[in-house]
Amino acid sequence: MAITINGRAYDAPKDVRVSLLDLLRDTLDRPGTKKGCNQGACGACTVLVDGERILSCLALAVQYEGRSVTTIEGLADDDDLHPLQSLFVEHDGFQCGYCTPGQIMSAVALREEFKRGLPSNISPDLQASPERSRAEIKERMNGNLCRCGAHNGIVDAIAAYVSEDNE
Amino acid sequence: MIPFSYNKAKSEPDAIARGADTAARFLGAGTNLVDLMREGIESPTVLVDVTDLSNRIEETDDGGLMIGAAASNTALAENAAVRERYPAVSRSILSGASAQIRNMATVGGNILQRTRCTYFYDVEGARCNKRQPGEGCDAIDGFNRGHGVLGVSPACIATHPSDMCVALAAFDATVHLAGADGRRVLPLTDIHRLPGDTPHVETVLTPGELITAIELPAPPVDARSTYRKVRDRASYAFALISVAAVLRLNDGRIADARIALGGVAPKPWRAREAEATLVGAAPDDAAFARAADIALSGAATRPGNAFKPELARRTIVAVLHDLAGASR
Repeated sequence: MAITINGRAYDAPKDVRVSLLDLLRDTLDRPGTKKGCNQGACGACTVLVDGERILSCLALAVQYEGRSVTTIEGLADDDDLHPLQSLFVEHDGFQCGYCTPGQIMSAVALREEFKRGLPSNISPDLQASPERSRAEIKERMNGNLCRCGAHNGIVDAIAAYVSEDNE
Repeated sequence: MIPFSYNKAKSEPDAIARGADTAARFLGAGTNLVDLMREGIESPTVLVDVTDLSNRIEETDDGGLMIGAAASNTALAENAAVRERYPAVSRSILSGASAQIRNMATVGGNILQRTRCTYFYDVEGARCNKRQPGEGCDAIDGFNRGHGVLGVSPACIATHPSDMCVALAAFDATVHLAGADGRRVLPLTDIHRLPGDTPHVETVLTPGELITAIELPAPPVDARSTYRKVRDRASYAFALISVAAVLRLNDGRIADARIALGGVAPKPWRAREAEATLVGAAPDDAAFARAADIALSGAATRPGNAFKPELARRTIVAVLHDLAGASR
């Protein structure tokens, strides 16, 4: 069975020790997904699997046979940036850029989590539709670290992105 | 990482047959095990992936929930019945890790995750009786701010890091197990062993035994529950202290009280003696403080975690106070 990555099918690695992250970067030459801590703490390696955000560094690639993976390379439509990519540019949501692919992939999934009503640790009411506030965004982005300190711009970009569902 | 063979179990019997290999470990999403294998702390040569087994969350005939062990942490926290009837379970899960990790991690794996004691992880630089039985423990006289105060031993003061298990314990969850010798059901609070002088033996599971499901009995009618986690930073950190509590009042008296503690012990810790003193009492802070004193009466501290018993007492009182206020 194959792993679908950005719409194309690839064989799972023969060495079952290979992480999804190393498959992307080293085998398939898709370096957009970043390796930060490689132990599940920083979020730089965030990708979507069947639309849900996960950490590709902690994932053995072989476990994802039959699943559909989306990386930062799969977001833009040829030369047209994904709306969130444009918002990161507009709001100065990065400095060195190393955490950015993970931030963006994480926030793409975050918007869907808001839409389906998933609460967070700080949501006052577990059953109410969560507020798309800066506090909620910060809590929900806790797994994506930025060493440069671009967090305010990152939150601005994501706030603009998720607010589109309020209109 | 040393080489290993990998197979995805197609069914529960398939998983159990493959798990009978003495070199085998069951693999959930790997959020803990893959990391431990990379660090050389765990070195199974056979991995049996059980993530394709049941992840269903279904109502049981007696008003509870049966949760397939492969359900993700997010799926359990998000489940409508859990949010409505077991809110402390949702809150406990949402307080832990990050969205990415909760999306991956399974409920079964959460129970069997290993301690985050930094000395346990420091293969090159520290002694650890869990990693190397009999070697000694560098946490005892080391940086032990996060370490345990209840149920610990001179051989090991590591804590079980789960938030979810603390809330499940407060609701009397049971764990369904299957192995070569058949099936059994154990209370969640009986799964983990206290360290004694064998801290490397962490659970009562027999080799090859698989967690297939977690069952939540019906919650007490009219009870309120919550989970409060106290930590060094407000998000994405393990608990210094956490409290899951369930409280039911009747005619101005406490009819039922459950208190489970996290961050203090090698297992999800139920304070049953403290609970017993509350039943029949008026729901006031004096009663809560008496119960909290009993809950922490056996605490054994080290210099780094000497603050924990008092922090735990205050957190217990605060949580019960809030639940009682909401129930009036």
